Amino acid sequence: MSLTAKDKAFVKAFWGKISSKADAIGQESLARMLVVYPQTKIYFPDWTDYSLGSPQVKKHGKTVMTAITDAVGKMDDLIGGMSALSDIHATKFRIDPVNFKILSHNILVTLAVNFPADFTAEVHVAVDKFLAALSAALADKYR
Amino acid sequence: MVEWTEFERATIQDIFSKMNYDVVGPQALARCIIVYPWTQRYFGNFGNLYNAAAIMGNPMVAAHGKVVLHGLDRAVKNMDNIKATYAELSVLHSEKLHVDPDNFRLLADCLTVVVAGQLGSSFTPEVQAAFQKFIAVVISALGRQYH
Repeated sequence: MSLTAKDKAFVKAFWGKISSKADAIGQESLARMLVVYPQTKIYFPDWTDYSLGSPQVKKHGKTVMTAITDAVGKMDDLIGGMSALSDIHATKFRIDPVNFKILSHNILVTLAVNFPADFTAEVHVAVDKFLAALSAALADKYR
Repeated sequence: MVEWTEFERATIQDIFSKMNYDVVGPQALARCIIVYPWTQRYFGNFGNLYNAAAIMGNPMVAAHGKVVLHGLDRAVKNMDNIKATYAELSVLHSEKLHVDPDNFRLLADCLTVVVAGQLGSSFTPEVQAAFQKFIAVVISALGRQYH
């Protein structure tokens, strides 16, 4: 299910529209994931506050979303572009890749909530494919 | 039996009492067919499903979207007995319609996205959790009679 030229165009155009709110989207996506899929909290055992208002959630949401925005510019070679991040996710964080799908779902929900008019079905499928390809690239070095 | 908190019960009743079935049903099914095109295998006689615009405008998709969404009413009205409520529909989806039960999850994800778009910021993480739990119970019940 590889990214077509049309998919990449849709993703780039949509990201242009949302880029000013990227940090907030990262924050909200992460907060949703931690509430709706509480098992994901195991990856953040030192945090004291997992809610939307938490400074820890805000900071980490920004970190993740910045990397995703960066990946939008690397869609022609995600595996190469994500190589370093894949290394640390594989060897240091050891996040089970099933969780990439879970976070992706919550990113889609957050986009629907905040950009109901722009997040059309065509944008939805392109972004879903992008996040899936990104997740695969992130898991590339796992074994 | 599934345990529901007062918040979860109230949230589900609230969402569905305010839901515009004629908008949400068609949009959810159309989105499912667009985002997961292999689901078209179940709609061979629906006519033009060649592109997103055709799917969104297809009257058979719209009609069926409403049917599917109204199918959730049974669960909304019988939250303490969803498994038994859907036994017959589960048999139907398995024996007659031959629907891969993983596809229930795909449609559910699209429904969640559409509801999120409709409710906006009132679709808080807590409301999302209640909604997804409800949908997960329905999905489990629908897959129960497959063998």
